[in-house]
Amino acid sequence: MTTLATVDVAVIGAGIVGSAIARDLAGRHLSVALIEGRDDVGDGTSKANTAILHTGFDAKPGTLESRMVARGYHLLGEYAERTGIPVERTGAVLVAWSDEELDALPGLKEKAEANGYDACALIGADGVYTLVPDLGPGALGGLTVPGESITCTWTTNLALATDAVRRGAQLLRGTRVTGVESHQDGVRLETARGDVHARWVVNAAGLGADAVDRLFGHERFTVTPRRGELFVFDKLARPKVPLIVLPVPSSRGKGVLVSPTIYGNVMLGPTSENIEDRTATGTTEEGFDFLLSKGERLMPSLLEEEVTASYAGLRAAIASEDYLVDLDADARYLLVGGIRSTGLTAGMALAEHVVGLLGATDLDLTERDDLPEPPRMPNLGEAGVRPYEDAELIARDPAYGRIVCFCERVTAGEVRDAFASTIPPCDLDGLRRRTRMAGGRCQGFYCGADAASLLAQGVAQ
Amino acid sequence: MSAELPVEHVAVAVVGGGPSGLTAATALAPVVDGEVRVIERERETGGIPRHSDHPGYGLRDLHRFVSGPAYARRLTATARDAGAVLETEAQVTGWDGERRLLVTSPRGRHVVEADAVVLATGARERPRPARRIPGDRPDGVYTTGQLQNLVHLHHAEVGRRAVVVGAELVSWSAVVTLREAGCETVAMVSRYAHAEAYAAFRAWGRATHVPVRTRSRVVSIEGRTRVEAVVLEHLDTGERTRVECDTVVTTGDWVPDHELARLTGLDLDRGTRGPSVDGSLRTSRAGVFAVGNLVHPVDTADAAALDGRHVADGVVADLRGVLGESDSVPLLASDDFRWVSPQRLVSGQRTPRGDLLLWPETSRLLPVVVATQDGREIGRARTAWPAAPGRVYRVPASVVSSADPAGGPVTISLRSTDLRRPPPRRAPRAR
Ligand SMILES: Cc1cc2nc3c(=O)[nH]c(=O)nc-3n(C[C@H](O)[C@H](O)[C@H](O)COP(=O)(O)OP(=O)(O)OC[C@H]3O[C@@H](n4cnc5c(N)ncnc54)[C@H](O)[C@@H]3O)c2cc1C
Ligand SMILES: Cc1cc2nc3c(=O)[nH]c(=O)nc-3n(C[C@H](O)[C@H](O)[C@H](O)COP(=O)(O)OP(=O)(O)OC[C@H]3O[C@@H](n4cnc5c(N)ncnc54)[C@H](O)[C@@H]3O)c2cc1C
Repeated sequence: MTTLATVDVAVIGAGIVGSAIARDLAGRHLSVALIEGRDDVGDGTSKANTAILHTGFDAKPGTLESRMVARGYHLLGEYAERTGIPVERTGAVLVAWSDEELDALPGLKEKAEANGYDACALIGADGVYTLVPDLGPGALGGLTVPGESITCTWTTNLALATDAVRRGAQLLRGTRVTGVESHQDGVRLETARGDVHARWVVNAAGLGADAVDRLFGHERFTVTPRRGELFVFDKLARPKVPLIVLPVPSSRGKGVLVSPTIYGNVMLGPTSENIEDRTATGTTEEGFDFLLSKGERLMPSLLEEEVTASYAGLRAAIASEDYLVDLDADARYLLVGGIRSTGLTAGMALAEHVVGLLGATDLDLTERDDLPEPPRMPNLGEAGVRPYEDAELIARDPAYGRIVCFCERVTAGEVRDAFASTIPPCDLDGLRRRTRMAGGRCQGFYCGADAASLLAQGVAQ
Repeated sequence: MSAELPVEHVAVAVVGGGPSGLTAATALAPVVDGEVRVIERERETGGIPRHSDHPGYGLRDLHRFVSGPAYARRLTATARDAGAVLETEAQVTGWDGERRLLVTSPRGRHVVEADAVVLATGARERPRPARRIPGDRPDGVYTTGQLQNLVHLHHAEVGRRAVVVGAELVSWSAVVTLREAGCETVAMVSRYAHAEAYAAFRAWGRATHVPVRTRSRVVSIEGRTRVEAVVLEHLDTGERTRVECDTVVTTGDWVPDHELARLTGLDLDRGTRGPSVDGSLRTSRAGVFAVGNLVHPVDTADAAALDGRHVADGVVADLRGVLGESDSVPLLASDDFRWVSPQRLVSGQRTPRGDLLLWPETSRLLPVVVATQDGREIGRARTAWPAAPGRVYRVPASVVSSADPAGGPVTISLRSTDLRRPPPRRAPRAR
């Protein structure tokens, strides 16, 4: 079998978590491979979430997840400033719709404090309607969480993976790990395209983490995909939702939220349903009916707006209520599993944690002092200046004035840049994650055919 | 930021270079002092007909029957000859104050300041997500607009077996395009009891035989990479059937491109979802007019074009400052219709072509239209043409001509005693 790479550490899975880990490790005196089964990075759970940068106010105090989310919130917030990942500090309000929920609010405030988050405040119904005048009738009170923010999960994943590659990590896309052979000084990973030899392996395979874990001879957990369906409403609805409106969590899960998105839309969701099929990212009638009934209560006027998109993401849930991070020194193997509903926020903290755990091994973890600057990412956020509005940029390069996706105002310059970037897209979805191309309200009525031919040209290059 | 942008002043800015915008510019350029500019985001003007490569255009405005692209070229040449400036690859992305448009083009980001603005941004078909159809997200799901773009402009492949959602006029156009691309339409799906627009389509001599599933809707789409099937549900019986196909075209179900209208806070009509207009096609804002499919989603291109011709009088009056604020009577559509256009009528005001446009929710072979105001019948008209869902139904505006300018809203309805019958085998001649 051909050898694809021989490295100190191989990271399996190029979602947010694996990419963050590969980036951190590649900043040290180590050779790193980032192995992804799909044709693109960030094409698993990391592409389909609600993209909230969580403060961790409602985590279970004392858990690893609580620590990782709180730490990741700051790490990603700071990294976002350096790389241009868009973040909008909108804040959130939890809204109580029943006496039972109202009674639960003070306890949630205490829980937030136990998680080290002190900024929550209880407000009355008037306060809630002042924050969100378009909210449906019947809100009884709320709890504000000023730190909750919205971000772009696609840019985050891409920035981390790009940074990893620029720091020297070898990215292997379309390379699914199908077998493992441990030997005394390392591991041989089998893939359909060849072997990867590594002294250490990190499993960050998300929904596939239990399968990879079994290849290492473990029999300790099963991933149960927990599907979350979402509606994305038209941008014209955005003024109705100035901040994240969260439900009061109950024993039945976190419930349905209404949130602005970084692209200027409004999101309603997610549902929460345990399923068997790890590839079932389709949406369902039941899911839609459920969301619409929730929306009817939360904000009836939202349902009069057009739906721009709907999709489903799969949380990698496991039986334990916490993340499952474990080092198996004999097998030279580290598992990062069960990162179900907070991994976007926690990713960079998990990377730091992983480096800490590997500190006790034979790996040289001293930081390199010749690191390249982190990448500057194209801005996909509505709050910042997009290329189409940047008069100076267009004057310098008219390609940024040539709009090729009218609804999302994506320019030819941005499409060109995406194909010339460190990790170019290989399909329309990948192009959309890098530029927002064809992600808007017309869904291709105007630009669909042009997008297809731009893609064919770009991929051919 | 916009403070530093270059500002270009024009007399009239027309946003959108489709049939309605081009025709408005053609009518205005010779009579207006100053520049009349059409701002179009595509590389070429012409609007939807540019990629609608089949005959069926120009009947009522050019008095000939030509293909979409030929029609688009002709309207473009006429507007240019009339002296209008056509700025292409330029998208209006928002407003920078009253009648100040923010524009992005490869030539730069700039502001176009106009004495009068005509919005002519058209309408689009609701794509799958907007119809809230759940299921897998495979390739092979298109709107008619995208399909025609793919087939006519890009000569791309589509599948072999299609299900067409909708049975409006445009849906039949999708069937023809599919057939040209070697794709058979195995079913059309309509929520109405009759295949509404078939008769009119036959009149164009392009009839094909396709099974229409009436009173039905699509409940889901199946297929991981490529469409494999759709599941249909009968609205009355609830019975479900699975239809195998590799292509789904969601047709019609129009929504106007009303972004600019909304961003500047124009009053919108709940029925059309476009800006509400009076007989002169003026919106709720002085100096801002709206024409074409933006105000009546959706009529044929010639009707959009004739709006463009009609709006010129109002624009000229506005520029001269003689279009004062006068009382207008609101027009309302009864449940027989989804909408009526215009939504307001100033006493004595003419409407485009002297018609009211209505979008029927039911079918009538020999319709009788009644206008009532304050509980009193004020007008009644019979038309020799049927009313059917899926296409515009025209009624002479004279049914409301005796409305009391000081009275309440006028409601337009179909006389309830009229028998409901299937549409005729042969359609009446287009007017
Ligand atoms: C509906 C929903 C809403 C959410 N909302 C939020 C939120 O608001 N904020 C937040 O912080 N988090 C949120 N999350 C959670 C967050 O999205 C996840 O925790 C995070 O994306 C997990 O990243 P990951 O890298 O672990 O997994 P993934 O992104 O799934 O990456 C794992 C990768 O491993 C690859 N892989 C699997 N098996 C193999 C193999 N054998 N060989 C090679 N590659 C393999 C996969 O292809 C995949 O790309 C949400 C999740 C869902 C589903
Ligand atoms: C598949 C199909 C088949 C059809 N077949 C027929 C037929 O056979 N016969 C017939 O008579 N009619 C037909 N029609 C209907 C006909 O095409 C429309 O009625 C007609 O195009 C409407 O003209 P319009 O000017 O209102 O809008 P459009 O033609 O939609 O033009 C609007 C223009 O505005 C531009 N625009 C929008 N927003 C902006 C902005 N912000 N900045 C700059 N530019 C902007 C758009 O790019 C577009 O060019 C068909 C329609 C479809 C979809």
